[in-house]
Amino acid sequence: MTKIAVTSEGPSMQDMVDPRFGRAGGFVVVDPETMQHEYVDNGSSQAMAHGAGIQAAQNVADSGAHVVLTGYVGPKAFDALKAVGVKVIQNLDNMSVEQAVQRYKSGDVQYADQPNK
Amino acid sequence: MLISIASGKGGTGKTTVSASLAAIWDGPVTAVDLDVEEPNLHLFLNPQVESEEKVYLSVPEVDESKCNLCRECSNLCQFKAINVMGSTILTFPEMCHGCGGCMAICPENAISWGRRELGTLSRGKTGPNNFLMGSLRVGEAMSPPLMRAVKERLAMDLTERPGDAIIDAPPGVSCPAVCAVMDTDFILLVTEPTPFGFHDFKLAVEAFAPFKKPMAAVINRSGLGDNSVEAFCRENNIPVLVHIPFDKDIAGAYSRGRVIADLNPGLKSLFVQLAESIKEMGAGGRDA
Ligand code: SF4
Ligand code: SF4
Repeated sequence: MTKIAVTSEGPSMQDMVDPRFGRAGGFVVVDPETMQHEYVDNGSSQAMAHGAGIQAAQNVADSGAHVVLTGYVGPKAFDALKAVGVKVIQNLDNMSVEQAVQRYKSGDVQYADQPNK
Repeated sequence: MLISIASGKGGTGKTTVSASLAAIWDGPVTAVDLDVEEPNLHLFLNPQVESEEKVYLSVPEVDESKCNLCRECSNLCQFKAINVMGSTILTFPEMCHGCGGCMAICPENAISWGRRELGTLSRGKTGPNNFLMGSLRVGEAMSPPLMRAVKERLAMDLTERPGDAIIDAPPGVSCPAVCAVMDTDFILLVTEPTPFGFHDFKLAVEAFAPFKKPMAAVINRSGLGDNSVEAFCRENNIPVLVHIPFDKDIAGAYSRGRVIADLNPGLKSLFVQLAESIKEMGAGGRDA
């Protein structure tokens, strides 16, 4: 099944979703079927003065994920994700990574057709 | 002297003032329209356009058939203007600073300079004076690079034929407006004595004050609204150079695209007075 990347404040499924995409602490990359997951650090884009969102999109693309769950995505990052065919689901902040993944599995989510930031 | 005519918001009569000042200016002057998103100074000055040239921005272009996705360019670029994502190479020309580093490092020679049309630079004459205008291409998001091209052309023209320039700046206080006024010698703010006018006027004063240029105000449609603009100007040491009365004839002339300084001797002397005050203040600013 499609792997999903969830922006997160820490490496585990119990960590909170980081609302920011571009400057997220990292991504928990999850296989929703097995719930197997790994953590991808996003520190490289946190430190950037320019293009953090694009760097983060690159990190997601490199992780092999095809869907992003997050709080909000900026316009450049959105374009970058779209160009590489990664789908975006926004407004999933204020919950743990695990809860966000459950929401995704339940189907109670909407794919974004534009950035919300 | 370069004089920029600015306003915190559109519709205050900025272009009317620019056109009239250029029309009555004593000595050689170039009328410049830097409101590249919506240039309209030409509607008032009816210049004879002598030349038009396209202005381009250099941006990297990747030949995907040559690219091996090695990521050298993407790792090098500090601005994330060129990126390899998965098996796609993506460029963001609007983030590119044009350093050429990606081209130099690419092992496959897959990158070359491409260009994007920014808009058109027009030159001409209005009476004895020069006229310069930038018009942004429809769909182009960035105005400062085109504005810079217009300013460079102005600087070249002025070394050939010294004189002053009256620059119609974009309205508002965003990046293009700042780009227009920052390297002029004098900022003239056109405002209206209404609450909205006052609000936007204050924003403009705040945005432009850090450049420490001589700054003065013109109150248009004077007689409307209240005195808050004037009180604010007094407190902040911004001289109000003239008041343009609110009157039907002026509004009518404006809608017909006429230069209001040509309307009657009273208005003409108002603008002559304005021009003299600007020259005096500008000279003072340079001595200081
Ligand atoms: S020219 Fe410089 S700024 Fe532009 S994409 Fe290449 S490396 Fe980046
Ligand atoms: S350096 Fe050249 S070959 Fe390598 S990814 Fe960039 S464009 Fe492609």
